[in-house]
Amino acid sequence: MTDTAEKQRSWFGRLKAGLARSSAKLGDGIAGILTKRRLDDEALDQLEEVLIAADLGWGLAKEATQRLRHAKFNQEVSPEEVRRTLAQIIEPFLEPVERPLVLDPLRKPNVVLVVGANGSGKTTTIGKLAKLFREQGKSVVLVAGDTFRAAAVEQLKVWGERAGAPVITGPSGSDPAGLAFTALEQAQREGSDILLIDTAGRLHNKADLMAELQKIQRVLKKLDPTAPHAVLLVLDATIGQTALQQIQTFRDLIGITGIIMTKLDGSARGGVMVALAELYTIPVPYIGIGERVDDLRPFEAAAFARGLTGIDS
Amino acid sequence: MFENLSQRLGDTFDRLKKRGALSEEDVVAALREIRIALLEADVALPVVKQFIDGVRPKAVGQDVLRSITPAQMVVKIVHDHLVETLGAGEPLNLNAVPPVPILMLGLQGSGKTTTAAKLARLLKERERKKVLLASLDVHRPAAQEQLAVLAQQINVPALPVVAGEQPVAIAKRAVDVARREAYDAVILDTAGRLHIDDALMFEVAAVSQEVKPAESLLVSDAMTGQDAVNLAKSFSERVGITGIVLTRVDGDARGGAALSMRSVTGRPIKYLGTGEKLDALEAFRPERIANRILDMGDVVSLVEKAAETIEQEDAEKLAKKLAKGQFDLDDLAAQLRQLRKMGGMGGVIGMLPGVQKIKRQINDANLDEGLIKRQEAIIGSMTRKERRDPRLLNASRRRRIAAGSGTTVPEINRLLKQYQDMATMMKKMNKLGQKGLMRHGLGALLPGGGFGR
Ligand SMILES: Nc1nc2c(ncn2[C@@H]2O[C@H](COP(=O)(O)OP(=O)(O)OP(=O)(O)O)[C@@H](O)[C@H]2O)c(=O)[nH]1
Ligand SMILES: Nc1nc2c(ncn2[C@@H]2O[C@H](COP(=O)(O)OP(=O)(O)OP(=O)(O)O)[C@@H](O)[C@H]2O)c(=O)[nH]1
Ligand SMILES: [Mg+2]
Ligand SMILES: [Mg+2]
Repeated sequence: MTDTAEKQRSWFGRLKAGLARSSAKLGDGIAGILTKRRLDDEALDQLEEVLIAADLGWGLAKEATQRLRHAKFNQEVSPEEVRRTLAQIIEPFLEPVERPLVLDPLRKPNVVLVVGANGSGKTTTIGKLAKLFREQGKSVVLVAGDTFRAAAVEQLKVWGERAGAPVITGPSGSDPAGLAFTALEQAQREGSDILLIDTAGRLHNKADLMAELQKIQRVLKKLDPTAPHAVLLVLDATIGQTALQQIQTFRDLIGITGIIMTKLDGSARGGVMVALAELYTIPVPYIGIGERVDDLRPFEAAAFARGLTGIDS
Repeated sequence: MFENLSQRLGDTFDRLKKRGALSEEDVVAALREIRIALLEADVALPVVKQFIDGVRPKAVGQDVLRSITPAQMVVKIVHDHLVETLGAGEPLNLNAVPPVPILMLGLQGSGKTTTAAKLARLLKERERKKVLLASLDVHRPAAQEQLAVLAQQINVPALPVVAGEQPVAIAKRAVDVARREAYDAVILDTAGRLHIDDALMFEVAAVSQEVKPAESLLVSDAMTGQDAVNLAKSFSERVGITGIVLTRVDGDARGGAALSMRSVTGRPIKYLGTGEKLDALEAFRPERIANRILDMGDVVSLVEKAAETIEQEDAEKLAKKLAKGQFDLDDLAAQLRQLRKMGGMGGVIGMLPGVQKIKRQINDANLDEGLIKRQEAIIGSMTRKERRDPRLLNASRRRRIAAGSGTTVPEINRLLKQYQDMATMMKKMNKLGQKGLMRHGLGALLPGGGFGR
């Protein structure tokens, strides 16, 4: 218990370090704008720009500054106060999506399908999730459903070793739906707790590739009508407003039950998450903050909002 | 939420509906909308500002052509400025002592390894070069295997992996092997790294120091948001880059990152990645990205209208002259200028049905741009009197003009023959009446043009 608490603290420390980096500029921006200044039109315009630079999108940046205007217009405000108020404005957008990944401990197996654009971090995130579940004492099986990309199978095998989870593979170029079927059969037979299915990266505007995902889902349902029990979309924090279109298409065509935002250890701030939360309210159980096996954190709306506005503690 | 640009500009200008030159006010109102459009296309804010500052002086005071709305005029000006800012594509620079080292750089998952293989394929198949691929990625699981598999797919050798060897040492060995075995180029794939990761940035800077690459290509996702400026700036300052490759252009991202990265680094965008397969690499064309950034679905139709209108106005003017029976070589020169302008316009205008037709005719008649320029030069070397009355052009005058314009007498003869054909066609056209010319436009005046369409 204390062990976990300590681990959590250090986790939080690293999350903060990661987010602090990404918010350093935003924080600086706010400080630069507001030191010994009245929150006037000019300051508000500049704050709007600071939020835009965080990928919040033009519309939301405007809305947030409007609300700030209502709260503090023409008052003498410290940068800290502005940050706190902005965080308070942003947090309610994010709060509804701070939801954990819920799996049924009695279901054997829980089928988790992991999807997303090319290079977003699917395979890495599966490795991290597998490790997390293993630490919770679950039996985990990985499925190398990316039969297309060069060495995708080998990559997942390395992650399987790191996490202590077996990896089911098929020949290169084979049908991922067939492989998913075989894997689910095996997991059912062996009574595994969690089946994590990796898929090839795909851009949402490719109809044939989206149909391939639908086929995987159909095939899984033949063995378990309730499967997949989670469909996680892995989203790179570096990407901009395209994320909105991407999430909408994936949601409409295959149904998304969760979003995991990766690469938040970079300087991209993932502000698009605010718009996503507002528009689609899809739960965000985890975020990725590095390339190592333990660089996965639960998503926390308050921390994320504070991080975005540059509050350190 | 995503109102498109033309709607926005339409709304802005509905209130103005003025003619004449664009006023400062008009322009400021329009540029506010342009700013939002660029932001929604993920152009980074500092770059948006810089861009808008560049457009403003070009737009203020600009004459709004008759039958073109101020909105159309602004879109045209913005589009042209965008194409100019994006700059032309450039091929790989292979002007170095072989083996020419090429270094791939970028964030995690941006497409470096895939692009390395695509470039190797391009050099091998198009340039007949002997290429070696080497992976310096000792961080990501199975990264070296990935490159080896891709290399095999395109039949290009990959540097054998030595377990435990570090990036600088691998780079050195790759260049040594390439030199010894007489390779033309050696492409070095590197691990993905965050531009704020000091240790990894230092590592790749050391590699760069070691091999002194002829090309250091920053590989970036077309979907990249506002962070594009930061990452491009860091890679450019800390490692140095010679060009940019934009990947996942096969997606539907608006691709504002292209403008951001080009602007902050001043380096050309060299290639576009348009798919996962190894032949999905295209040379960069600014029009293509400009159209995306500006949400061209609508803008095309706007510009189309504008182009039609310009054509129509000129046709009207011409028709008036014709009615008076005075088509001379000055008019021909004006037509050539117009054609050259259109011929040089790829992208939007080039895609318009009407213009496409004219361009085809230009090709049919073998009127390439250079030829049109030479013909303009010929006319430019004539005296005013000669231009008004081409019958004056006897053999000695033709020789004088050839010398003056740097052309030859046969070329002048061909031009005059073309003028004759046109004049004949004009007479026919005159019978058809002004309406006929208006309907068929300038295209009808070209050799091989005809009326039937
Ligand atoms: N910095 C950082 N890098 C990450 C994170 N998650 C993944 N990566 C890196 O991003 C790159 C791509 O990750 P993958 O897991 O291969 O992505 P993928 O979505 O499976 O890629 P494809 O299967 O090719 O579509 C790798 O270099 C990972 O190490 C993260 O949270 N932070
Ligand atoms: N649709 C599309 N996918 C691409 C393109 N270029 C690369 N990819 C895919 O993007 C994913 C990542 O590509 P990689 O070449 O592994 O990227 P990387 O930069 O080497 O990744 P790391 O080494 O992990 O940093 C793979 O799934 C590729 O197939 C492209 O132009 N279009
Ligand atoms: Mg993968
Ligand atoms: Mg790679």
